[in-house]
Amino acid sequence: MASRDLGGGLRQTTLSVPEMRCAACISKVERALAVLDGVELARANLSVRRVTVNWRTGNGPPPDFIGSLLSVGYVANLPSSGEDEQDIVLSHLVRAMAVAGFCSMNIMVLSVSVWSGADPTTRQAFHALSAALAVPAVLYSGRTFYVSAARALAAGRTNMDVPVSAGILLAFLLSLYDAYAGSDQAYFEASTSLLFILLVGRTLDHLMRRKARSAVAALASLAPRTANVLRPDGAIEPVPLAQVGPGMRVLVASGDRVPADGRVVEGSSEIDRSVLTGESESKKVGLGSEVRAGDLNLANPLVVSADVAPDDSALAEMTRMLEAAEEGRASYRRLADRAARLYAPVVHGLAALTFLGWLIHTGDLHMSASVAISVLIITCPCALGLAVPIVHVVAAGKLFERGVLARDGSAFERLAEIDTVVFDKTGTLTFVEAVLTAPEQVPGEGSVIASAMARRSKHPVSAAIASAFAGHERELPHLQSTIEVHGKGIEARSGTDVYRLGTPSWVSAEHKSHSQETLSTAALSKNGRTVASFRLVEALRPGALALVRWLKSRGFDIRLLSGDAAEPVRSTAALLEIKDFSYGMVPADKVASIEKLRKQGRKVLMIGDGVNDAPALKAAHVSMAPSSASDIGRNAADFVCLGGGLDTVADAIDTAARASQLIRQNFGLAILYNAVSLPMALMGQVTPLAAAFAMSSSSMLVVANALRLRWPSKRRHGALGSLTAAEANR
Amino acid sequence: MSALAILVPVAVAMGAVGLAAFLWSARSGQYDDLAGAAERILLDDDD
Repeated sequence: MASRDLGGGLRQTTLSVPEMRCAACISKVERALAVLDGVELARANLSVRRVTVNWRTGNGPPPDFIGSLLSVGYVANLPSSGEDEQDIVLSHLVRAMAVAGFCSMNIMVLSVSVWSGADPTTRQAFHALSAALAVPAVLYSGRTFYVSAARALAAGRTNMDVPVSAGILLAFLLSLYDAYAGSDQAYFEASTSLLFILLVGRTLDHLMRRKARSAVAALASLAPRTANVLRPDGAIEPVPLAQVGPGMRVLVASGDRVPADGRVVEGSSEIDRSVLTGESESKKVGLGSEVRAGDLNLANPLVVSADVAPDDSALAEMTRMLEAAEEGRASYRRLADRAARLYAPVVHGLAALTFLGWLIHTGDLHMSASVAISVLIITCPCALGLAVPIVHVVAAGKLFERGVLARDGSAFERLAEIDTVVFDKTGTLTFVEAVLTAPEQVPGEGSVIASAMARRSKHPVSAAIASAFAGHERELPHLQSTIEVHGKGIEARSGTDVYRLGTPSWVSAEHKSHSQETLSTAALSKNGRTVASFRLVEALRPGALALVRWLKSRGFDIRLLSGDAAEPVRSTAALLEIKDFSYGMVPADKVASIEKLRKQGRKVLMIGDGVNDAPALKAAHVSMAPSSASDIGRNAADFVCLGGGLDTVADAIDTAARASQLIRQNFGLAILYNAVSLPMALMGQVTPLAAAFAMSSSSMLVVANALRLRWPSKRRHGALGSLTAAEANR
Repeated sequence: MSALAILVPVAVAMGAVGLAAFLWSARSGQYDDLAGAAERILLDDDD
């Protein structure tokens, strides 16, 4: 068990408990762990669904945390390494912001009394106090900007932080001189409030990304991160996935995913490869068959002997393709950075010219420097620094409520530019659904009982049956003593009646057992007589057709790239009225087609879910994945859609379009503000009071404009709503 | 002026105490689990 040494024999283990949701859960989890021998402290964190245990067992084995939690009803697993690291950047930003806020507000109060006419002694005292207050803000809080600016300059580039750092430092130094010389103006409040406002923008930006990251991590933690390794002595030990090595024998229960590439050494079963390859048909495996990490075991428990190190697995190969694809996207520059590239030289040039102009004109060094600094301060991208992140934060918050996670602010900019939408088929446009193959003798009887039974099992076939008949389920109180027989099905009793739901040959002797039997069929029997049969078919996701039509009405070009065989792809494309489709594609083919589209100058939105889609998701201009996607798919995508439907895709595209419009408006406002204030600053007509007032009012204007994104837009709902209604009427 | 000489430092010092309190509470992990803190008030600690 992975643990951290706290010194003195005390060790600390962190476990992820995804289903911990309430006060009762906290106390149950903490108590279950605290009673174990050797545990000194168990502390649950509800926000991140983790529990931290400090324990001490000398040289003995660690207490059985996972087993103890399972006995009180919570599935726990080891978080993958790297997720535990605390967010150092955020805590630094918050501290810097607190210091800058405290300093700038006190300086502002002192400055207001200076501006409103304090007598010279008071003014002197207040300037000295302001200088003392400005020191921690400028030295401590400003570090983020200086480091970033220094890095950019060292690399021969310039970014938004260069004029910011220059403005802050020069204004501070000149103000120090002024305060010392006893002149009647100082700019301490300008440089510190500039710092404070910029830090607010930066913290918001960081918080948004962190929220999305932790939400995606929470999804990932639902999947087990541990493999059950069989020791030579027969003991089963949970081991983190990354530590599964060649030669280890791993137990894969039905409904679990294979943790590593290898061969089957015990048992036979059927596996679902759709996440890896996009194939919709399941495959049979037996002794000696090769299996790959990520395959889903549908039927019997298997023992798999891992034969490659995790670094050589198919999954690792995919990760390398991901990294290669990432480079393509690195050419995208954020809007704010593009603006900075134009902005910084203009601002620096203007300030330098102002300085020279005033120096030649008046010959007064101090006067020229103070006018040049006021130009630098007034043109500092204060509103710009806030304009982009605040719109991204509001947009991400709005989409979060609708069930879409945005991982990065620049994703909105990219999503607003797309002209082509590429879909994956299996798992994205379609999902597995259970249908009744024969009409029931008593309508509703079979499906109601089957869905009630299926809900007690986590097997993929049960899940399909339970969700297919979710509409007419009702809990049957007389159904009791449910047992699950591995690889066969579920048995339940109701009085003297015995119900079985599972493979046809097991539920009833009427069906002959034959080797052709696949897991795409299931049956329900009552006392050995079949009452209902089910077949698993590939069905369109709700809202898929409405989405495709909506995208077409918006003028997007739509394509379908699938790893599945020709026939299922053709029929899905026909159902969805998509003319442009390709089948049998391996991940490299998908990346190649996207690269081709990109070379034609198209901006591609890729929507996909599987491991096989992950490189394509990264290669595309912007990408989306449903929450049911594979871990690697979710991590590669810019947006993750929670919930089963596809209608959130339209929401995301629409919000991105409005966000980009608002960002443009905000840039417009900031430029307008500069256009008005800059000539005045150049003439030396801007007093510190006017500059401070103009600066904060432009920031507030920008924030208020961004909040308009939260207003409902009725237009779009009309569009997709009527299409959905039309589809329902057909 | 003499009143200011006392009151202004007092005001700034009070603000500084607030800032120090915030930095201390952030550092000692009091904002790490806000959801948990809201729920823990419902628990009885005596058992």
